[in-house]
Amino acid sequence: MEKEDKMAKDVVCGMEVKENQAAGVSEYKGEKYYFCSLACKKKFDEAPEAFIKSDEGEEEEDDEGEHHPEEKTKPSAEKEEARQDRIDLPIVGMSCASCVQNIEKALLQMRGVTKAAVNLATEKAKIEYIPSETSLEEIKETIEQTGYKVLKVPPEEELEDMERVVREKEYKRLKRKFLIGLALAVIIFLGSSTHWFPWIPDFLSNFFVLWALATPVQFWIGWQFYRGAWGAFKHRNADMNTLIAVGTSAAYLYSVVATVFPSLFATAGIEPKVYFDTSAIIIVLILFGRLLEARAKGQTSEAIKKLIGLQPKTARVIRDGKELDIPVEEVLVGDEIVVRPGEKIPVDGVVTRGKSAVDESMITGESMPMRKEAGDEVIGATINKTGSFQFKATKVGKDTALAQIIKLVQDAQGSKAPIQRLADIIAGYFVPIVISIAIAAFIIWFNFGPKPALTFALLNFVAVMIIACPCALGLATPTAVMVGTGKGAENGILIKGGESLETAHKVNTIVFDKTGTLTKGEPEVTNIVSLNSLSEQEILEYAASAEKTSEHPLGEAIIRSAKAKKIEPSDPEDFRAVEGHGIEARVDGREILVGNKKLMENRGVKIGDLEEKAEQLAAEGKTPVFISLDGRAAGLIAVADTLKENSLQAVEKLRKLGLEVVMLTGDNRKTAEAIARKAGIERVLSEVLPEDKVHEIKKLQSEGKKVAMVGDGINDAPALAQADIGIAIGSGTDVAVEASDITLIKDDLRGVVSAIELSKKTIKIIKQNLFWAFFYNSAGIPIAAGLLYPFFGILLNPIFASAAMAFSSVSVVSNSLRLRRARLSP
Amino acid sequence: MLVKIVVTVVGVILIIFVNWYFLFSRRKTAQAALRESWFQEVMIRVKGGYDPDVIVVKKGIPVRLNFYRDETADCSDTIVFGDFNIRKPLPAYKTTPIEFTPEKEGEYVFTCGMGMLRGKLIAR
Repeated sequence: MEKEDKMAKDVVCGMEVKENQAAGVSEYKGEKYYFCSLACKKKFDEAPEAFIKSDEGEEEEDDEGEHHPEEKTKPSAEKEEARQDRIDLPIVGMSCASCVQNIEKALLQMRGVTKAAVNLATEKAKIEYIPSETSLEEIKETIEQTGYKVLKVPPEEELEDMERVVREKEYKRLKRKFLIGLALAVIIFLGSSTHWFPWIPDFLSNFFVLWALATPVQFWIGWQFYRGAWGAFKHRNADMNTLIAVGTSAAYLYSVVATVFPSLFATAGIEPKVYFDTSAIIIVLILFGRLLEARAKGQTSEAIKKLIGLQPKTARVIRDGKELDIPVEEVLVGDEIVVRPGEKIPVDGVVTRGKSAVDESMITGESMPMRKEAGDEVIGATINKTGSFQFKATKVGKDTALAQIIKLVQDAQGSKAPIQRLADIIAGYFVPIVISIAIAAFIIWFNFGPKPALTFALLNFVAVMIIACPCALGLATPTAVMVGTGKGAENGILIKGGESLETAHKVNTIVFDKTGTLTKGEPEVTNIVSLNSLSEQEILEYAASAEKTSEHPLGEAIIRSAKAKKIEPSDPEDFRAVEGHGIEARVDGREILVGNKKLMENRGVKIGDLEEKAEQLAAEGKTPVFISLDGRAAGLIAVADTLKENSLQAVEKLRKLGLEVVMLTGDNRKTAEAIARKAGIERVLSEVLPEDKVHEIKKLQSEGKKVAMVGDGINDAPALAQADIGIAIGSGTDVAVEASDITLIKDDLRGVVSAIELSKKTIKIIKQNLFWAFFYNSAGIPIAAGLLYPFFGILLNPIFASAAMAFSSVSVVSNSLRLRRARLSP
Repeated sequence: MLVKIVVTVVGVILIIFVNWYFLFSRRKTAQAALRESWFQEVMIRVKGGYDPDVIVVKKGIPVRLNFYRDETADCSDTIVFGDFNIRKPLPAYKTTPIEFTPEKEGEYVFTCGMGMLRGKLIAR
């Protein structure tokens, strides 16, 4: 296709330029040189020798330089231990590779800049710098001094605002047009219906007066339909504007001919009639529908707007011992940030000092404020309620939970649900087919219809054009997916896309990982049994003291339990761990053994009655730990991983929804079954090695089941990916779980129920929408074409057709919006 | 009688024309320009449709489509690439870049928010 252009090399920057398209040409010593930009030409003209000489030698390096914009490291930059920050700056005004080199050079000469790579194609500079030595402002200044501009990155929020201003303006204009159109249409209607309104003055029913009134409606108020139709026509597209423009024009033109040349009709034996009311009312009604639709459509994306609006703007960081208010974009990982009561937490991090309660409802959907103290994670955009605290930033910018949630929801809202496929295919062929049907109806009515044939043919042609509503078809699925995923995000349920949403509603089996999902994942002391005069307190105290330095999970559970009961364990002497059995230690001069039955037997301790009790506890899925004092059995402590508070409720609700609930665990059958019983789960897959979890999911799928797997997203990732729907649960600030289809931000299993309910509700709405959209069209078009006339004498007035059309898309969007009010389990 | 024949013939011709014009006629195709040998770029004007509306790109190389929306008409306010999970608003009278990489050969349809305006991306 393209003709061969002679290529030349720009000697300044090394870029290949087409000779006939070069931005500049210079002659030097009888040679012609071509340049990619005037900047290059100017440089060359200033010192041509410099470029001609160096051209050969530097060729190789040049090539490397632009085609692979590798990061250039400042040679003098010593191995800095100091914290570094990375930033991407959008730059405008670069025309060729020499500009790239200019900027890189200038940046690398700056103190504190360690790396700079400018990419001409993306028009971005990747810069690494040491914030303590230079600032973002200085970097921007340097670039601007080099003669280029740093684009201010408009935050999403501003973009949204701009969009909103444009929309509001558009909406107001539409509204004004509609009101004027309505006034005119009412007058035209009264003037055309003197048989109903005999009190109307005669001049209003004059054809010329009606024509004068209808013309501004047709060509001023209805101009957008013509403009849209013409624009689409040029692109060989046909949309609803085409249908409306052609339909109303037909009625209007027919009426004009009847007004100006009534004799034409009289000679053909037809009474000249005008249909200015038809065309005017159709235009006004459809405009009204658009107004409602615009309003409703704006609401479908409200959830994402709310999320974007949550982003904090400033942060109070401590740098060099001073508190500084800085824009949130400049916060770095590792910064210490101060948050006062009532303030928004700017980024994700870990509390280092202070205590407070934080309202996390905007992110997790959890309505109760969460207590935070040193070591606890805080999430950016949540609100600090009661106390002041200080935290260390761990995630900033694009990595924060909120930024990831926004990205996830945006992706989800843009995705397609498979259910939409048919509607998509139809939408592509819809309009041309409708036009064909309308023309066919015209021909048939004209040739075979009753008299006056031309009138019937015209009215039916217009009715078919006007009733067809491709918009409702197109809006049916996307609006519901948008509202559904948005609603999910508001409740801490992040759904990956339309497909996940659709699959989730088909799920009939739900598999829970046990440890950390159904249970807390941390063993807890559940029972204390005393054999003799010692109280439970004392047993716990001795055991905790003996275990004080232990790192065994069971030991830790005992210490936690003691601390929770305000028992301060004393320091043990002669602590010794007996591998696989337990420990021995001396506390307050007493010889203590804490361990399993084997340990007691080895040391000749008689456990007697305790054995029976221990077996009983083991049958409940608990781990018994024996305690002896000075060689005599004293009691036992049972430790078990306990259910999360809401697990039982969640399982119960899922079963009510008709799902089979399965538990998957590596535990032995006895322990597993005991926990399952407590959670109300009947089917247990126990003693499954972590790597076999995928296999178990596959087995369930081969039974023909649609399986959802609920797990923690890290250990269970392969199983989550294998399942039809992977649900990752409660991973705090790490919301972008790759393997999962649904991520629950809150560590609460009831979220699984909400997610399934939400998907069922959304799909129900989509099905309703599609039904109505198909119904409008498949029933409306034949009726409008007059199919019922021969049998029942029913014909559709084009005005009613336009009303149906106008409200079909509104009804579809409004139906989707119902999801916003849907009640989900907490 | 003559009138009836004329109406029928004209009508049938119109039907044929409409279907040919909107569904089967050849469309303007544009080959994406390769920039810097590692990404490809096309400028698309949005006004009652996409111009060009058939875009040929090389597979496996990142694509940037710059959509310039030259109207305020409601219909074109969103661009959807369903196959790439992209749904983005196109602000009026502004250029909005859409970036993705078609890894597999094939035809990818892109549409407006309602699926009325359509274009095709062909990856080879």
